[in-house]
Formats: sequence, structure tokens, C-alpha cells
Amino acid sequence: MSYVLSSERADALFSELKKQYRIFAPKRFKAQGRYSDTDIIRYAEAASLEEIVFDEKSDYPAKEVISPIQQALFFFTEDEYRASKGNTRPILLFARPCDINSQHIQAKIYAGNGGYVDMYYERMRETVKFVLMECPSSDDTCFCVSMGTNKTDDYAMAIRVDNDGSVKFKVCDEALKPFFSQSTVAEYEPKFVKENETKVTLPDIPNKEVLGKLKEHPMWKEYNGRCISCGACTIACSTCTCFTTKDIAYGDNPEVGERRRVTSSCQIDGFSTVAGGASYRNTAGDRMRFKMLHKFHDYKARFGDSHMCVGCGRCIHRCPEFITITNALNKMCNAVEEIKAEKGGAEK
Amino acid sequence: MNNPLQPQACEIISVKKQGGHEFTFRVKSDAKPLPGQFMQLSLPKIGECPISVSGYGEGWLEFTIRSVGEVTNIIFEKQPGDLLFLRGPYGKGWPIEGIKGKNVVVVSGGTGLAPVRELLNMCADEQGFSKSTTLICGFKDETGIVFSDDLDRWKTKFRTIYALDKDEKSGWRVGMVTKFIKEVDFKGLGDDYALIVVGPPIMMKYACQEALACGAKEENMWLSFERKMSCAIGKCGHCRIDETYVCLDGPVFPYKVAKNLVD
Repeated sequence: MSYVLSSERADALFSELKKQYRIFAPKRFKAQGRYSDTDIIRYAEAASLEEIVFDEKSDYPAKEVISPIQQALFFFTEDEYRASKGNTRPILLFARPCDINSQHIQAKIYAGNGGYVDMYYERMRETVKFVLMECPSSDDTCFCVSMGTNKTDDYAMAIRVDNDGSVKFKVCDEALKPFFSQSTVAEYEPKFVKENETKVTLPDIPNKEVLGKLKEHPMWKEYNGRCISCGACTIACSTCTCFTTKDIAYGDNPEVGERRRVTSSCQIDGFSTVAGGASYRNTAGDRMRFKMLHKFHDYKARFGDSHMCVGCGRCIHRCPEFITITNALNKMCNAVEEIKAEKGGAEK
Repeated sequence: MNNPLQPQACEIISVKKQGGHEFTFRVKSDAKPLPGQFMQLSLPKIGECPISVSGYGEGWLEFTIRSVGEVTNIIFEKQPGDLLFLRGPYGKGWPIEGIKGKNVVVVSGGTGLAPVRELLNMCADEQGFSKSTTLICGFKDETGIVFSDDLDRWKTKFRTIYALDKDEKSGWRVGMVTKFIKEVDFKGLGDDYALIVVGPPIMMKYACQEALACGAKEENMWLSFERKMSCAIGKCGHCRIDETYVCLDGPVFPYKVAKNLVD
């Protein structure tokens, strides 16, 4: 069932929802951007509907709510490990189709890979219901249509804020329906972006031989000079899951501390360094290759259903060196075609 | 909800010095690892790391640890009665069923002997486990030698070639392990052998190259990888190579798989 609410009624509804749910949504943080006088839009708990940024894409993804950039796994008192309790209240998470689709990808790793379910991910995910934020249009870095992630039906409720301030809702989740008992029924079905300005072609890597040659292709060397291995792309990524665990002893009482999970990045130096000092992928180009192949080959090779990219374009926004995943992808496609042509030529 | 990251407190039974750099910790545990598997060892407020199980018996496990990292440095201060925290075992160990009844050839470098120690004990002690056993075992220098008692015992049980990289030692040869691989007659063993190579990455690379040059067949070779891991359950991403997670799919790999795992 769908409804239309005036802006005042929508505010009142928001207050009612807040009594039962924690509401997380993209919010604007003034002057906290990378350059002077620029803002940042990131996920945080929203106090009112007004705080939520609907007309721009957030700089950071919705995954930050479900798999935060850092969280306590265990608290230590002397020799005892006590697992952190985590969030227990239900959450409404305002998210765009790319962000919702990215959770299907993260779940494959966190809640499936190897038959192990990560308790910290799963217990948070279980508290979350998605509120689909309709995309009014896509920006110049979005390529969700190419990735097939522009649509979703995995939401408890969908929302559109119209120019006159009125708000339309489509409510699917039974538990949310009572909140709309006094609301005006309306015709509303969320629309999805059908075309992006940015389009990509996905590489077709048919076998290990082509994969091996692609790894050795000179295209990756370009990134030795351009990429500064800061990891901003993977922090902004909707799907990246990598983390490191770090133990901490509290400063004022070193008998007490915690084991903390901190978001990590395959792009930074030291990501693969073992205790004895050996490390792998020691150039920025090697690490870029590792990331690109994970996104557009390795993940799908393991899990089979989709690539590990939802085309949100946030990595493009965040890269301080103006490296775009879309150009890298085009280069990768060209390299694959070149390798296949060489192979074909050699066979003749 | 089950928490796979929750470790169990295990009391240290004994601490034994091995050579100049390593200690073997025996801890109380009912875990039943398979040869070649590893566990996550941790100390609260210090950290957690993957360590091969170097020995096991009824109610105990052993870990042979070199003091090279943040976690292992602190473990060295532990004494009997203190606690170590364990979770696991994890990963795929040596393919025991595939090895059983064959001629077993093990090439190890340094502490790489730890993950293969229980397999060598099976070869030494279990009647008929292996048709024949050859161990080519190298260390950098005398202070690097681990499991001296086992080395002495194995010498009486099967063919052994012990070597130090550069130094002279009575009864020991001089040179890298790669130098002695040609003394194994792979062709004479027919198809009926398993070659196990374990050690530092560079040693494994050259040892495999040499073994292949000496006629060893790819399908009869296995390796064990060492990678950084934060979780050991396929989540943290540190040990991933292509679509393979070393923690889940390894650390032991058939050579035919390992040769395509390019970092």
C-alpha cells in the first residue's frame, strides 16, 4: 500500500517511527569535507526527516551502519574475553538501490563464506530494515545500470520526497503498516534509474590462462605512478569487507582493553605482511590489479551470481588522484581483448 | 548466536626451547586438528595470529613459535600455568588419504618443519602408513634447528638428508635443500609418491622448480602457504588470492592449484 503525507505529517510520522526504531540515513556534515568549505555526506543517526539528504549521493556508503569502520569485538578484563553486545534496537536504514544490493554481496562474505557466519555482521544485519530512497537521477559517477544494481525489491518501505515537500511512501513491511493507519492512500511505486551517463563494459575473462596474462599486462604499471595507496576507494566502496583486528589496552588501566575490528584496505602497504616480514603485492599497480580483479572476476568466480561492484561510483568521488574505476575497467576490457586476440593469432 | 571468533582459554603445560629462536608451547586442549591445520592463537590486549599445530596428543596441542611478530614476542614471556587463547582448528591439512601407502618425500625449510611434523611422525610410527619416507630438511644455521629430538629419531626410522645453508655440522650436509632434491629418484618411484614442500615462499618456489626438473610430477606435489590472517574464517580478506581463501581452501594446496595462485 502507498501513501502521501504532507511535510508536517511526514515529520510527525518520523517522530513516531523513532520511538520504535533507530533511524540511520545520509546526513550532511558542514565543512567536514576534504577541501576547505566543502561538506561531507555520510551515514549517521537522523533526528528528523529534514536532516536526511535526498538530493545528493552520500560520500560514504550505507555499509558503515552494518559493518562500521571500527567496532569492539571483545572487551578484556585481565584474562577474560567478553563479546561486545552491539546494537539491539531495530533500525530503519535509508538506502539507495546500490547500497541495498551491496548488502547481498557483503552477506555472501560475512554470512556465508566457508560456512562461517560472522556474528557481528549478522546480529546487526538482523536488526536492519531498508527504507529505499528513490534516486531522482544519477550523477556522473553512477554506473549502476551497467552493473544491474539500479533496482531492488528488498525494502520494507520506499520513499520519495517531492518538490512541494510532500512525501510518498510505499509500505511493504507489515510491522510498519500501523504507522500509516491515518494516512492518505496514494498511487506510488518507486522509480529506478534506467540509464546512467557513465556506462561500462564488463571484461570477459574466460580462463586461468587469460587471467594469468592479464595479471602480467603492462596496464597495471600506470598505477604505480598515479595511485598513492591511500585506500580511500575501498573505504568509500559499498561492498568492500576487508578488516584487520587490533588489540588495545586502555591507557589509564592496561589490564583492561578490547579487541577491535578496523576496516582495512588491500590498497595500503602492509595489508599482506606476515609476522616474519614477507609481503605480497608490493607496488601500487599490483594492489590496484588485486582490487580490480576481485571486483570484476574473483568474487564472481567464487560466489557465482554477480560482480563485487554495484556501480555506486563513490570510489571515483573519493580518489585524491582522480583515478576512476570506470576507466580502469575499460582498460582492463581492452587488455583482455588484446590477450585473446594474441592467443587467437598464435593459434592460427 | 554462535560467535566463531570466540577463543577458549588454554593452560600452558610446558615451554620447551627449540634451537636459538623458537619455543614449543604445549597447552591443554581437547581440539582435534588434522596434520597441517592451523589455529588462531591470541593473548588479550596483544593480538591474535595464525600458528600451525606442530604436535598433538590426548588432551594437548603443541605450537612451535618463532619470535617474529607482536603477538609471538609476548607469547615468549609465558610460562607453564599461564593461559594462551585458542580457536580453531582451521583450514585444510595434508591429504592423508591421498598420501597413505605411498612413498612420502618431504622437503622442508626452517620452521616449515612444524606443520609437517605430525605427518612425519605418522610415517615414522604407523606401520604401513608410507611405503618409504624421505625427509630433506634444511635450516639456515645451527641456531635455526628445531625439533632436534625428532630429527634424531626420524634418522633411525627413514631416509633423511639434513642440511645447513652454509655452516658445517657433523652428520649434516652443506647447502640449500634444493641442492639435494636430485638425490630423490622420482622416476624410480613411479607415480606412487607424494612430494610435500613446506617453508618460506622463495624456498618453496625453487624447491618445486628443482623437483619438476628432476622429474617429479605436478599432480603428486603439495605445498603449505603462510599468509596474514585476521579472522581465519574467510571474512577479513587478508589471505585471499584470486577466488581462493588460504584460511578456508588451504593452507595446504595441491601444486596444480598453488602454481596458479599468483599474488
